[in-house]
Amino acid sequence: MNIIVCIKQVPETTEVRINPETNTLMREGVKSIINPFDMYAIEEAIRLKERFGGKVIIVTMGPPQADAALREAISMGADEGYLVGDRAFAGSDTWATSYTLAGAIRKIGQFDLIICGKQASDGDTAQVGPGISTHLNIPQVTYVKKVEEATDKSMRLERMLEEGYEIIETPLPALLTVVKEINEPRIPSLKGLMRAKNAKITVLTQKELNLDPQQIGLCGSPTQVVKIFTPTPRVGGQILEGEIPDIAKKLVSLIKDEVN
Amino acid sequence: MDYLLTEEQKMIKDLAHKIAEEKIRPVAAKYDISEEYPWEVLKVMGESDMFGLFIPEEYGGFANSTMNLCLATEEFSRACGGIAVCYAASALGTIPIVLFGTDEQKKKYLPDLASGKKVAAFAVTEPEAGSDASGIKTVAKKEGDHYILNGLKHFITNGGDAETYVVIAMTDKTKGARGASAFIVEKGTPGFTFGKKEDKFGIRASSTRELIFTDCKIPAANLLAKEGMGFIVTMRTFDMSRPGVAAQALGIAQGALELAVKYVHERVQFGKPISSFQGIQWMIADMATSVEAARGLVYSTARMVDAKVKDVSKESAMAKMYASDVAMKVTVDALQLFGGYGYMKDYPIEKYVRDAKITQIYEGTNQVQRGIIALKIIKEMAK
Repeated sequence: MNIIVCIKQVPETTEVRINPETNTLMREGVKSIINPFDMYAIEEAIRLKERFGGKVIIVTMGPPQADAALREAISMGADEGYLVGDRAFAGSDTWATSYTLAGAIRKIGQFDLIICGKQASDGDTAQVGPGISTHLNIPQVTYVKKVEEATDKSMRLERMLEEGYEIIETPLPALLTVVKEINEPRIPSLKGLMRAKNAKITVLTQKELNLDPQQIGLCGSPTQVVKIFTPTPRVGGQILEGEIPDIAKKLVSLIKDEVN
Repeated sequence: MDYLLTEEQKMIKDLAHKIAEEKIRPVAAKYDISEEYPWEVLKVMGESDMFGLFIPEEYGGFANSTMNLCLATEEFSRACGGIAVCYAASALGTIPIVLFGTDEQKKKYLPDLASGKKVAAFAVTEPEAGSDASGIKTVAKKEGDHYILNGLKHFITNGGDAETYVVIAMTDKTKGARGASAFIVEKGTPGFTFGKKEDKFGIRASSTRELIFTDCKIPAANLLAKEGMGFIVTMRTFDMSRPGVAAQALGIAQGALELAVKYVHERVQFGKPISSFQGIQWMIADMATSVEAARGLVYSTARMVDAKVKDVSKESAMAKMYASDVAMKVTVDALQLFGGYGYMKDYPIEKYVRDAKITQIYEGTNQVQRGIIALKIIKEMAK
């Protein structure tokens, strides 16, 4: 089973700060890590490879330093890494990113499965995975929390819902996005780290991919960020004390005041 | 301080640090209370090739290096001295096979030890043979192509949980120290059972048990080196493993220091963090300096071992003695900095004091180490 895992390098979750003047992420001095949700995608792909054979190919779109994210995935047990990087792709929103990644995946070639994390911890959109499946015209199953059964032709999956889960069967090739309940990502081995250090990372630029210039980068991105802000924390509520009938009356009058 | 580690050594240190923070620290208190053997952590160490650090590549290891062992042990010990010693004790049981095993013995035992599938233990100590290893009473009698073992070992780290044991027994009592031999004994061998598990002051995640041999029949092929080499096997093994114990002590000290520094920074009294008081600052300075001095000694000794310097007994003893004395002093001072909270089990620091104490005692008490050091120096002077 050949599995492609799409990952993103993000600023370490707890350290994200936003520049209040420019509304952009302040990345200076902040450590970059693999998006935590993508770690589950990498782990699940490696587990499937261990069961079925084949290989795990990691793809990321980003600046040259995203090379480190690919090597980290290889140290866990992935086989190959592709860095989709070109100035022409800069400024991509989720639409342009999924279009570009779909193009890169076509270029990489034959695959049975694509796995993504459910969303990135910096943007939180959860759009790129589904976007890739749409561009590639393959089925998608989002929020997968368990692979129930898998063959080289189809998969039976548990998909997490807000209350409970549903079981979905899909033919392959397909795209899954996974949630943290699916597994516990492994710690790399020393042999894996050595392999990752010497692994060849293939860089794919616009020259290799030859994508529609109107659909990539800033120009291919219909999203416009109007404003980024941190919601003000909710202030503590008011606790009413006394006899129930009195409290009920008081509550009704408070609600009325609020509405008016 | 920059110890100019190689790329590979940095990689090992970073990976061990990751395992310590993600897999050891969160469960340290749990195993300290339950005294269960931390298999879940050892499994991760195995999968990450950590047991391969002291085993040559041709037998499934990563590289046979004392420095590697020290770097990993130090990082693990920062998070839990008890879990770290399960690891280090497996190294102790593996080293004699690496040093003295035949190719056949190495092929049979080392790959499973390198992968962490099996854990090892080294059994010298007996109720009446502690610092004085010549008091060993366990005997091994040759009968045809077998040896028959009889006797009792106690205080054996990893005892009962390890699969592979290197056991020192007397093959010729009339020869004293030269009558001891080393044997590889597998768990499950008929006549090999385990006695009581000790309830310990510290390093409670590790298991410490009695090994009981009652007409235990083992193949003659399990003899390590030659008959009569038992004490040489023991001494050479300790020379290599003592920097590991020193690294354990160093890690415990480092871990306690880090917790103390964080605490004094957060603890406010008289309207200021207590780190702003000179009395506290001087304690921190002394603690940090002694930890760094211990590290210098441990790493230098480990490098000497790896460079195959012929006699490292003096340096090994110095590193073990000094690092463990530092661990005791620094952990007690760290607890002092936590004040009343430090004395409570809800805070992690009291465990460091308990875990540190054993490092002054095992693998040769610090009094024995001082004896080794002094004798070497006097001998050198006499030359």
